[in-house]
Amino acid sequence: MSTQAPIRTWAPPAPVEKSVGQSIPRKEDGRLLKGQGMFADDVWMHRMGYVHFVRSPHAHAAILDVDVSKALQVDGVHATLTGEEVRRLTDRYPQIAPEPGGRLKDYCLAVGKVRFAGEPVAAVMAETRELARDAAGLVDVEYAPLPVVTDATEAATDGAPILHTEIGSNVGWNGLYDFGDVDWALEHSDHVVRIPHLHFHRFSSTPLECNAAVVNWDAGTGVIRIESNNQMPQFAALFIAPALGVRTDQLQFNSQDIGGAFGLKLTNYTNITALALLSRKANRPAKWTEYRSEHLVGSCHGNERTFRDIEVPVMADGQILGFKVKVYDDVGAYMRYEPLGGVIFSQVLPGCYRFQHLQVDYHTVLTNKTPIGPNRGYSRLQHLWLVERIVDIAATQLGLDPVAVRRRNYVKADEFPYETPNGCLYDSGDYEASLDRALELIDYEGWRERQRAAAGSGKRIGIGIGSTLDSGTNNFGQARLINKNLPYSGNGEAAICKLDLQGEISVALGSVPQGQGHETTTAQVVADALGVTPDEVWVQAGADSARNSYTAFSGTYASQFAVTGIGAALGAARQVREDIVAVAACVLECAPEEVLVVGGIASVGGDEERALTFAEIANLVHANVGALPPDVADAVTLNRRFVYRPPFGVPDWRTKSGHLTLTYASQIHVCVVEIDDETGVTTVLDYAIVDECGTPINPQIIEGQVHGAAAHGIAAVLQETLEYDEAGQLLNGTFWDYHVLTCPDTPMFKTDNLPRPSPFTPTGSKGMGEGGGGPLHAVCSALQDALGPTVVVTDSHNPIERVWRLLHAPSPADRGGATVESR
Amino acid sequence: MGDSAHPITVTVNGERHERVVMGRQLLVHFLRETLGLRGTHIGCDSGNCGACTVICDGKAIKSCMQLAVQADGREVETVEGLAGPADPPTRLQAAFTRHHGVQCGYCTPGFLMSATALLQERPSLSREEIRRGLKGNVCRCTGYVNIVLAVEDAAQGGERP
Repeated sequence: MSTQAPIRTWAPPAPVEKSVGQSIPRKEDGRLLKGQGMFADDVWMHRMGYVHFVRSPHAHAAILDVDVSKALQVDGVHATLTGEEVRRLTDRYPQIAPEPGGRLKDYCLAVGKVRFAGEPVAAVMAETRELARDAAGLVDVEYAPLPVVTDATEAATDGAPILHTEIGSNVGWNGLYDFGDVDWALEHSDHVVRIPHLHFHRFSSTPLECNAAVVNWDAGTGVIRIESNNQMPQFAALFIAPALGVRTDQLQFNSQDIGGAFGLKLTNYTNITALALLSRKANRPAKWTEYRSEHLVGSCHGNERTFRDIEVPVMADGQILGFKVKVYDDVGAYMRYEPLGGVIFSQVLPGCYRFQHLQVDYHTVLTNKTPIGPNRGYSRLQHLWLVERIVDIAATQLGLDPVAVRRRNYVKADEFPYETPNGCLYDSGDYEASLDRALELIDYEGWRERQRAAAGSGKRIGIGIGSTLDSGTNNFGQARLINKNLPYSGNGEAAICKLDLQGEISVALGSVPQGQGHETTTAQVVADALGVTPDEVWVQAGADSARNSYTAFSGTYASQFAVTGIGAALGAARQVREDIVAVAACVLECAPEEVLVVGGIASVGGDEERALTFAEIANLVHANVGALPPDVADAVTLNRRFVYRPPFGVPDWRTKSGHLTLTYASQIHVCVVEIDDETGVTTVLDYAIVDECGTPINPQIIEGQVHGAAAHGIAAVLQETLEYDEAGQLLNGTFWDYHVLTCPDTPMFKTDNLPRPSPFTPTGSKGMGEGGGGPLHAVCSALQDALGPTVVVTDSHNPIERVWRLLHAPSPADRGGATVESR
Repeated sequence: MGDSAHPITVTVNGERHERVVMGRQLLVHFLRETLGLRGTHIGCDSGNCGACTVICDGKAIKSCMQLAVQADGREVETVEGLAGPADPPTRLQAAFTRHHGVQCGYCTPGFLMSATALLQERPSLSREEIRRGLKGNVCRCTGYVNIVLAVEDAAQGGERP
């Protein structure tokens, strides 16, 4: 008989390798790769009807009559909804703006008049998608067209057609930001660079999945079940509930997977409101899935912004003292997230630079165009583009090296935490180190040589830099800089962590992600906190109101999850760990400090005889509670809800200053372009990005966010633009003419990450992902470098025809894009 | 509002289906709604984005650009046919995870079907060929770099992806 080794039943707990910092494979991928994701249009409900919106062909018109009688005669049509019914059945949505902008009346369908082409005026619900669409074509709407205004600077002048007569003008909000003494600086600087006009164009990061929802207003319980891809359900609830006159807890939001959002699925509360009304009217669930053309014309776009009368004081050594600018921000026909853009830009007021004298006269302007939503990089990327254009134009006009000017003016590594003139606190960073690394990644000197060699060959090479910031974790008190009466401040995110009946670890988030990998990064952080592997942690990330893991600020937006969502999950996990330790210390008769929690076992120093598995602990709390002393049974739950709250106070609305965001991730982009002299075709030859976002949780996910944000920027600067004609008609409302970036258009980005941990956050990580529009800055900078000082790149969108014009037929505005006064 | 009914026989992921479809029903709606195969997505309604890509008789097609009746007598493969719920992922699917070629996952089934067809046609492809070969699919999240790396990785073996 051979001797057998004894079967091992106990291995002393060994430390589990830390998961944070590792690129573990994503937990989400399994289902998404097999076509098992559950997106909003994948949701079916019994008896549901399909909804089609009737949209205005006019950009500005009075609605004289809406006749739905022919549509209602069609067999299979369940219900219709008109603006007049909406006016009777709902209240206008709350407005963020103070008086007079706050008087704006916004409903889920146009009431009385339409203010942009594509605005919904009526809706039809029917048995099938096709029937609803056909019947919608039978709705007769009589319009009386009104004069149209599509340009923000024109709309802001007296005499322009007024969209909302109750406001009295098209300026929805106006505020002056004034720090330091810019007039003194302009008088005493060695040079003053003047830039009469810069324009940041309108585009959309347009997610591949359009808006979609199924809404059921249950007549019996009053519960309004909303299966949608809204990316910030509690924000939506604060608009939908007052409009419908219902309790917020009647609104039960659900989602699992969302097919991208980029800030553009925050304001679909208007559509959800209309679906709720149709559901109540027809006593059926109402399903709606937006067509791409509806999404482009009728949902929301990114902010278009015009900068006027820019003055920049510069010293002989290249020190830039600051700038002065008038801003006209085109927010389209309604303020559905606006005028928050009017304060959010000021999170990054001086960009990456030590500018001390800053004056911004900001106007939020309504025009007869699609309303805007907080598109990725919201309001900061437009401002950061301005700052980078100022630096480049000043350098080019003064014959200074743009790299040297940046080095001269960057906030220095030893100055962090750095307080900006408007009281924002940049937590950590090293912009110059990132710039050095990015220049190294593309072999900067090598490209400069090739640039010189290419001169006269018909191909021009340009090298450009984009220095940008991703300010994250908002202090919602900044809303008071817009409207001092708004009852918002601070921020907070919730999460629930529990040990379930058999000791299984699960976490419920409030973040409602759209591809950012929250199930994975949460599992990594929670696994480390509880001494297990990420595989053992189940993370529920989609919306589910019934889980109760939300605050009013919950959601995935504004580059905050790595701080707020992770902070909440970590806090909840630590409390569950305390429960585990409390039970173990009681049962194993030891001090809490002696309990070792590793590998799903709580033991006294790894002793087999004095150990409890998580399953045993869960059993004691959930099923065998009589065996625990009452004081322990009363204290532990193994089910902990934690709200992470960043250390914010209320910013000062009088001075428009304070801690507006907690973290400042940075990205330095360096790009090389080649312009074909004859045609103006611009090709990106090389591209490097160095990202800094504090302590990395999952480096691969960070890199993916960097790539994605960079692709949006490349797309915007070279291909993607939303253009309107004078009548306010969107000229490119499909993917045939809205030229989304495809694979061969996208450079194979080179990236690196130089962590500078944040001193202010739970894990040292910073929010990131929006990317600050780096390629818009870097490509414009590279074009400027290639074109030289005789013309100025004044627009953020530079397709072939504009580059050709700059080369061969510059307009007076291109040539006179900047002037210099030297003393 | 008139429509016509048509009997069709179509094989989807190896399973034969006989159905009567309306003349105006798109193939993508037939797959998603009639057969309940919701892994195939709709992104643009105009044949540009490729979220609805399936393989029909060995070729990648955009199922929003075809009517269901046009699939009569054909063999269609969707993302659900690549690897069953209990099966391990295909080499291509595994490469997408390894290289982080998936973010929101909405475009992913279309990319998988395009890349599968691409690799079935030509198992060995250069990076430029892969980049050009994926032009018919739009991804808004990843910036394509990691998708290219994933397909390149799956192409290394030179056999069925």
